[in-house]
Amino acid sequence: MTKIYDTASSALDGVLRDGMLIAAGGFGLCGIPELLLQAIKDAGTKDLTFASNNAGVDDFGIGILLQTKQVKKMISSYVGENAEFMRQYLSGELELEFNPQGTLAERMRAGGCGIPGFYTKTGVGTVIAEGKEHKEFPTGPDGAEETYILERGIFADLSIVKAWKADPSGNLVFRKTARNFNPPAAMCGKVCVAEVEEIVPLGTLDPDAIHLPGIYVHRIVQGAHEKRIEQRTTRAA
Amino acid sequence: MPWDRNQMAARAAEELEDGMYVNLGIGIPTLVANYVGDKDITLQSENGMLGMGPFPLEGEEDADLINAGKQTITELRRTSYFDSATSFGMIRGGKIAAAILGAMEVAENGDLANWMIPGKLVKGMGGAMDLVAGVGRVIVVMDHTNKHGESKLLKDCTLPLTGKGVVDRIITNLGVLDVVEGGLKIVETAEGVTEEELRAATEATLV
Repeated sequence: MTKIYDTASSALDGVLRDGMLIAAGGFGLCGIPELLLQAIKDAGTKDLTFASNNAGVDDFGIGILLQTKQVKKMISSYVGENAEFMRQYLSGELELEFNPQGTLAERMRAGGCGIPGFYTKTGVGTVIAEGKEHKEFPTGPDGAEETYILERGIFADLSIVKAWKADPSGNLVFRKTARNFNPPAAMCGKVCVAEVEEIVPLGTLDPDAIHLPGIYVHRIVQGAHEKRIEQRTTRAA
Repeated sequence: MPWDRNQMAARAAEELEDGMYVNLGIGIPTLVANYVGDKDITLQSENGMLGMGPFPLEGEEDADLINAGKQTITELRRTSYFDSATSFGMIRGGKIAAAILGAMEVAENGDLANWMIPGKLVKGMGGAMDLVAGVGRVIVVMDHTNKHGESKLLKDCTLPLTGKGVVDRIITNLGVLDVVEGGLKIVETAEGVTEEELRAATEATLV
């Protein structure tokens, strides 16, 4: 059985349906599954909920699915780079659930590990804690009680991620800070589709240096990536 | 004379000790990296990196290598990369010694507001709530007053909180204050700023 597909569209064949929850990797525009997002746009799948740290920019990343109104809800930590997102949110067309960034990452990791909930101090005493279970644990100095809130694992219908290299068994290697949300996003979906810059032969990747084992990755597609830079900053020579 | 941005950053850098792992926020906190001198400080970028280097030379930008502000950066010989869950594991787990962050308001009990102004565009908290809840020491760098001259060091925050009772030390353009039992304690004033001037610009209880 091969995991390798020729195109991003064929890699998503049969797994897309309206109203599904998709976990997407990436931070800003770094390490986003740009080919799979384009393929979802082409497929026209609607009423999607995305668990994704950011919402892209107007014409790249998840932003392209906002333009076509295919997104119903975002679960994100920061959405400040996207004018169309703001317009739809303020007009009530788009739902938004803010999660602290680490809570979002851990919700994905937990979902992928079969953990339905976990307690965290993050957000205690803020709007994030409203309506959530609070519990004391003796984790402070000298066993002093500290307050935690219950956060839920994310169990996504589909994961879409971007990696640097894959082998045919789906083992993935990421590059530099493009790893970011990709491993936890990959882990929490029933089906995970990974787009990569290069598929290398079996035995090429060092088994000790695999970032995400192929058990989490069901389909792979290789393609050319734009890899757009959001804030090009340099220093003087 | 009150401190300027660079002087505030330089003063904040004095808070860092040899061997510390530190997370710097966006704005003035980013400038702190310019003033660490000979101290062996490892900078964490919460998008998945320890050992953050300077901005790249022109032509050497790498789309796969950015900081939490989405800016292109470089790696060092000590650099390691990891995923976001691991990154916030080390933050939540208290492995990061200190975070230096900006703020809109700080209250005398250490409450911090720096992510949202109701009625204005809401961008999100990013990693700020995780950082203030998890790191060993939270140091805030901010202007003492707003553009109307009103204190940003308050009895109670008016804006939605980022964290409750999380701030340890505040470095403003007028001086340095610690959050202690009962209010804020003046640690020092900026050169040329009197304690009376600092008190007059502060709404929070000073003890």
